[in-house]
Amino acid sequence: MHLGLDEPVRECQYNQICTRNSSPMETLSHKKKRTPRRKWQIFPGRNRFYCNGRVMMARQTGVFYLTLVLIMVTSGLFFAFDCPFLASNLTPAIPVIGGVLFLFVLGMLLRASFSDPGVLPRATPDEAADLERQMDAANGSSGPGYRPPPRIREVVINGQTVKLKYCFTCKIFRPPRASHCSLCDNCVERFDHHCPWVGNCVGKRNYRFFYLFILSLSFLTIFIFAFVITHVILRSNRSGFLNALKDSPASVLEVVVCFFSVWSIVGLSGFHTYLISSNQTTNEDIKGSWSTKRAKNNYNPYSYGNVLTNCCAALCGPLHPSLIDRRGFIQPDTPQPLSHSNGSGLYPSTQNHTHMAAATPLLHSDPVMMGRAGPPPSGKTSLGGPCSSLAPSQPSLPSSMPGLGCAGDMLTLRDPDAHCHHHHFVSPEEMPSPLGPSSLVLPFAAHGGHLNPAQLYDPASQDSLHEDSVRGLVKLSSV
Amino acid sequence: MATEFHNLQELRHSASLATKVFIQRDYSEGTVCRFQTKFPSELDSRIERTLLEDTVKTLNTYYAEAEKMGGQSYMEGCLACATAYIIFLCMETHYEKVLKKISGYIQEQNEKIYAPRGLLLTDPIERGMRVMEVSVFEDRGSSGSSLSSSATSGGSAQR
Repeated sequence: MHLGLDEPVRECQYNQICTRNSSPMETLSHKKKRTPRRKWQIFPGRNRFYCNGRVMMARQTGVFYLTLVLIMVTSGLFFAFDCPFLASNLTPAIPVIGGVLFLFVLGMLLRASFSDPGVLPRATPDEAADLERQMDAANGSSGPGYRPPPRIREVVINGQTVKLKYCFTCKIFRPPRASHCSLCDNCVERFDHHCPWVGNCVGKRNYRFFYLFILSLSFLTIFIFAFVITHVILRSNRSGFLNALKDSPASVLEVVVCFFSVWSIVGLSGFHTYLISSNQTTNEDIKGSWSTKRAKNNYNPYSYGNVLTNCCAALCGPLHPSLIDRRGFIQPDTPQPLSHSNGSGLYPSTQNHTHMAAATPLLHSDPVMMGRAGPPPSGKTSLGGPCSSLAPSQPSLPSSMPGLGCAGDMLTLRDPDAHCHHHHFVSPEEMPSPLGPSSLVLPFAAHGGHLNPAQLYDPASQDSLHEDSVRGLVKLSSV
Repeated sequence: MATEFHNLQELRHSASLATKVFIQRDYSEGTVCRFQTKFPSELDSRIERTLLEDTVKTLNTYYAEAEKMGGQSYMEGCLACATAYIIFLCMETHYEKVLKKISGYIQEQNEKIYAPRGLLLTDPIERGMRVMEVSVFEDRGSSGSSLSSSATSGGSAQR
């Protein structure tokens, strides 16, 4: 009907008016029409939320579904075709143990995929302004001797000097061991790596789930592999090899899947066991942050000294709560964190990145966002490939990284916003040209082949960004 | 000049926000949650050093207790792992319990010490544990000369 058609249009108009003027009456009437929104709906990172904010994943989840399908199909075939024979001829404990393992694997996978890896919320406008002021003051003051650039703070931890970098997207100085994931566009605490198989970053809060997942998956894979072989052998003893294969064709598929998985998964478990025992992250190991090759007296300041304490700390340490409060309701008077397109306009900053140069606070529809890559890469094609393809194009990788499954996890090289934590090139913070970082991208990592810095914003999220940024402007003017 | 704010509600309604002072994290002991005990110079005229330092030190001990790795946290971790972490649907983690204590402590400190001085501490968890925000209020209608410089600097930064 006529009214029904107009209703959504009117709703849109109310939206725009509300964010521009924020007069109390209009806000009130606007509120009556809208249900209160939760914070996950305006989350500035590139994550996907499900179940009303309870579940948090990365944007590309294709490979995660592949992982899920592989595990469930292989296990399902095992339980359907091999277990009856094994249970009756060997022991019924086999399907029971298999079942327990399978459920544990699934539980850990879902836990690792769905939980917040330890995302650091972005700075509120006041904090960002305060930091900018401090950095400008540091820039201006002159002093003799070595002074680190204002975008870097140095701190001594356990006798080792650690550099804390300033994150341009999140507008914070990153804590030690934190890193910015360019795929998810978030700073993550104790960032390990972004795992496409799990469909999420692996960081402080979900590292133990990730580790337990790959450990239990190794056991499950070996378990299935061993018992399927046993099954085939027992059958062959009775009726010949070819007949055995004919009787249980699924076994062939299971053996093939398990054989190829075992190498990468067991290797990955071994690698992460090493990392846990030395209290390092994948990120640190790849960069060689604590290796003695960098400096003679280089050592890991976070290690507790012995293997057992390191393992206990990583696996049984306290579980930190999520800092981003996904399901909280948006309060009208709380400061909203800036999205980086917003930040450029509001603060006439001294930063000389062109994406910060838009000094007009009125945000037109074309924020040049360095942090957003153009087309999202299709998870399957670029990420699911075998890791050996990584080795030749990355000669600077230290040898400690095995060319195994873990390398299939995203070593993000496409990083226009100077947040690439995995590359070994000169930090783009020192060369503040907007196209500089994108030119450092290695060809093999070109997702879809094109990286057009101009084609930067995702039209789908433009409206929410626009609203966010104007809301931020309104907040500032009301303070 | 020393205006009495009887409670936090009154503070919000009768005062206007002049500036915000941020106490940053202290990473000298690693990634554990600690805040710098260095007294920010902007608050010199508003509150005694010792009071703020005591508050920060107490908060630091609370956070250290939350992140302490000892018998209790290992037991909790192992139990959780054995139950495939389902137990956290019913039970709160130790960290969350301490966070509740912390927010109660901050509320109490605000009521007793900070609000009467026209200040407000924000719980660090609301700022992602990055900073401890101290909001400095000035009474509406009275222009405190000691605050004018900080207000100006605050205002210009926000432009």
